[in-house]
Amino acid sequence: MQNLNSSHPHFQLGNTSALAAVQIDSLVKEFKPTRDFAQKNPEKINERGTVSAIDGLSLTAHRGEVCVLLGANGAGKTTTLACAQGLQKPTSGTVQLLGENPWGASPELRARVGIMLQDGGLPQAMRPIPLLKHISSMYQNPLKVDEIAERLGIHSFNGTTIRRLSGGQKQRVALAAALMGRPEVLFLDEPSAGLDPQSRNVVFEIIREQKEKGVGIILTTHLLDDAQRLADDVYIVDAGTVVRHGSVQELLAGEDSNHKRLTFTLADKLNTQRLTDRLGSDVTLIHLSDHHYALEGQLSPGVIAQLGAELEQQNLMPVSLELSQRTLEDVFLEISGRDIQ
Amino acid sequence: MSQQVVSSAASFPQRILAQGKYETLAMLKNGEQLLLNIAFPLFALVGLRYTGFLDSYAQQLGVTRLDIAVPGVLALCVISTALSGQGIATGFDRRYGVLRFLSTTPLGKTGLMMGKILAVLTVIVVQYLVVLLVAVLLGFRPHLIPILLSIPTLLCGAAAFTALGMLIAGTVRAEATLAIVNMAWAILAIGGGTLIPTHHFPGILGWIVNILPSGALGASLRGEYLHQEFLFLPHLIMLVWAILCGSFAAKFFKWSA
Repeated sequence: MQNLNSSHPHFQLGNTSALAAVQIDSLVKEFKPTRDFAQKNPEKINERGTVSAIDGLSLTAHRGEVCVLLGANGAGKTTTLACAQGLQKPTSGTVQLLGENPWGASPELRARVGIMLQDGGLPQAMRPIPLLKHISSMYQNPLKVDEIAERLGIHSFNGTTIRRLSGGQKQRVALAAALMGRPEVLFLDEPSAGLDPQSRNVVFEIIREQKEKGVGIILTTHLLDDAQRLADDVYIVDAGTVVRHGSVQELLAGEDSNHKRLTFTLADKLNTQRLTDRLGSDVTLIHLSDHHYALEGQLSPGVIAQLGAELEQQNLMPVSLELSQRTLEDVFLEISGRDIQ
Repeated sequence: MSQQVVSSAASFPQRILAQGKYETLAMLKNGEQLLLNIAFPLFALVGLRYTGFLDSYAQQLGVTRLDIAVPGVLALCVISTALSGQGIATGFDRRYGVLRFLSTTPLGKTGLMMGKILAVLTVIVVQYLVVLLVAVLLGFRPHLIPILLSIPTLLCGAAAFTALGMLIAGTVRAEATLAIVNMAWAILAIGGGTLIPTHHFPGILGWIVNILPSGALGASLRGEYLHQEFLFLPHLIMLVWAILCGSFAAKFFKWSA
């Protein structure tokens, strides 16, 4: 596995676009804990007196693809990005950004990479358009500020300083800033945080557009819906390591692909005992709330027929009846045994 | 790959000039910074011109109050801009992730620091012109030699106080930076050999103040303005401070809070 992963850049000479956007092998990042942290979490301190934020994480993000790091807060997503962006130095392991070491990256390498940090990192006293103009002055042949501002609806709040913008407005300015240098690799840390549905659609549209241009996009999210809508490749990160990796389809297929769910709502109360007696032990009946129920397990046409028969006997007409696929949320729950939020 | 228009980094001088201009305007447009960098030094100038604080020293040397006040106020300008101004701005930029973000653009960490230094020097030039103008209006007569001699002095002072400001801003919380540099500003202005010459201080205290960067800066500028004399020792003291604080800042500066 390890050997297969460590693709050798020399085999790809002459075709630099075949190089991965980001390649991370066995990344470890340890921190010195603050005294306060050490007192509260003594179990997290290792024998060297440090805390591992990232513990042997490997991933590859390709050009022209959206690679999603999915995980709960504190899973290590942002630290992984920081190592890939050259903002933090790995304790061990290797990180390659467009085939180069990002730690101490040259201005030329940084010009090929666009970064949107989780907290934006924008100067508080500036107004959006002058700020974007300033960022654009760091590049030769940057995007046109007015065009990208128009696209992201930034003109409408240009009179306001960054300090007074809403979370979603700041996100849009930060995305514009990340795109300013026409990057080949785009890092987006929680890009949809704080966005209203409309600006979220614009942001997603831009992400897809960049992907079609061949940009390698690596984004973090704790929103499963984001991953399902955008990802070519998903890395589920927990406790500083990759616990599952694959395309959305692969992850949803999983090991027990028959695990499906049938939810239904009735007009009146169901006699649950009689239904469970009829269905047997292959499926579980869950009483969700009031007249909402769900069946989970080995769902088959036979199970659905039995449900229909029982409802006929109890003379209950369903208000709704829905067979649902597994979601990334289910996958996440199975892996971590807890909710992503 | 599609025929994407590619961009590259702007040239090094372009990036630094852009950042220097940006930081300069940020300092000159900020109300609190203007108060600290322009208004307070002018208050000090007017105050020393119309009160008797410097009278005994002025009589001893046979010069006017303004002759002694002008070099002191210039020293205060350097402390305002390099220590307080850039210290506070950098502390809050660090807290809000601005340093981290800008260091990921082609500007980089080096460009960011050079942009800040350029801004400090530009603001000091503006302060110098304003202080001289107001001093002339109050009756001061400037001479060319002290002004020329003061250029390397201001560079040494700016280096020492910018390095000290960066050391503080890069290692403690933004609010603590604000408190420390503002308090340092007030203490150094009055008791640090900036506005008031050190031979007013008793014994060992005067000696300590002489090796402070503020005392060295004040003494150098007064040497140039009052005696047309370039004093090597205080310049050396300022350079030592610049190197010490600069190396500590390079080692301990944290780019994110």
